[in-house]
Amino acid sequence: MALNWFKFASPASFYPIAGRLVPVFWVLTLALLAVGLYWGFFQTADQLGGSNPQKEYYRIIFIHVPTAWMSMWLYMILVGWAAIGLVFNTRLSFMMANAVAPTGAIFTFLALWTGAFWGRPSWGTYWDWDPRLTSELALFFLYIGYIALHSAIDDTRRADRASALLAIVGLIMVPVIFWSINCPDPNQCAALHQRSNLMRIEGNILFSMLIMTLAFWMYSFATTFMRLRSIILTREAESAWVQDILTKEARA
Amino acid sequence: MFRVFWTVLKRDLTLAMRRRTDVLTTLFFFVIVVSLFPLGVGTERKVLATLGPGVVWVAALLASMLALERLFAADYEDGTLEQMLLTAQPLSLLVLAKVAAHWLLTGLPLVLIAPLVGMQYHLSDAAIGVMMLSLLLGTPVLSLIGAIGAALTLGLRGGGILLSLLILPLYIPILVYGSGAVQVSDIAIADTQPYVALLGAFLMVAAIFAPVASSAALRISLE
Repeated sequence: MALNWFKFASPASFYPIAGRLVPVFWVLTLALLAVGLYWGFFQTADQLGGSNPQKEYYRIIFIHVPTAWMSMWLYMILVGWAAIGLVFNTRLSFMMANAVAPTGAIFTFLALWTGAFWGRPSWGTYWDWDPRLTSELALFFLYIGYIALHSAIDDTRRADRASALLAIVGLIMVPVIFWSINCPDPNQCAALHQRSNLMRIEGNILFSMLIMTLAFWMYSFATTFMRLRSIILTREAESAWVQDILTKEARA
Repeated sequence: MFRVFWTVLKRDLTLAMRRRTDVLTTLFFFVIVVSLFPLGVGTERKVLATLGPGVVWVAALLASMLALERLFAADYEDGTLEQMLLTAQPLSLLVLAKVAAHWLLTGLPLVLIAPLVGMQYHLSDAAIGVMMLSLLLGTPVLSLIGAIGAALTLGLRGGGILLSLLILPLYIPILVYGSGAVQVSDIAIADTQPYVALLGAFLMVAAIFAPVASSAALRISLE
């Protein structure tokens, strides 16, 4: 069976699919959030660690770690769509990159915000110039730069392509930035964040963390598709099929 | 191919020499920013010596960024840039020549004035030497990376502020190792070697890839 994937690369055929998927993703988001939060609050230990345990406040891990993962992952997705757009010259890819950016920026901000609240009781400070904190901040600046450049250019085609190039340059620089902050002295690297190892996390905590990550994934899909639909409508406002939809909705 | 590079370089330098104030503004901006810091944080000798490397590097970052706006702007306004895009010569070579000219006019003066600034901050002679070396290796990288941003924001309203938003986060590695080298040189001069090696490596990589990215950005901005 030859499935024509490029059929969905057209805004006109993707618009209705996205519309049908949005409620599905919202339901999945809410269901997974309910399970993840319930498990995180009631099925996990009251405290974490041995001699100097972290008390209830460690539970912010269920928001903090998934948002931090999502912030990085969504940037990769943004760059991926931007690169596909530059290579194949498809309109929908640029719109997709565009729709992902605000969600990614929000997750980056949330990771910093929840991290600050976790840092206060456990490290005794809201902020420290720790490598992960600083590179997350740099990632936030990259998201903001992408959004700012895109909104500063009036011509949509130029805006798409220019910000796509910026995103790609940013992706190349992220590891260098992280490494340079991680090792300001090239001979030794030090960090406040402990080394993380997923294999060593207690089962219930890991379960609820992964469920929360899935919930945030579904949330990203839902918001991205919602934003994508309005971007499609704005950009294709002149085309016949959008006019059709709008007149139909106006009559109903 | 070298002749193309040379011609563009000479053209840009001649043009700049006809309007010398533009070159001097960057230099004086750098000197003024560096001179203002002691007034803000106090003139205690020890504080200044610790702050010195970082302040000088941040000032160099800002100075080179402010000058970036002019990298392509004049050629864009009078249409020269479009003609350059149409020539049979590789665009990245032309961009490299323009960046080189730009660095000679804005980066190199900063390197040469560094000893004077270092004395304001009571840095030792060895530290001043390392600072000059790190600036010599680091400021070209700033110009090279900055050229990408300058090409992307060509002809936009509020381009200058936008440019800083796009480019400053990308300057972090240079800042870390540039000022790191100067700080370490106070303790042991031999320890600065890895920093200098890293800055040199950044320069090589940037010299290869940044012109390609900037010329792609120019094509996007001018199509």
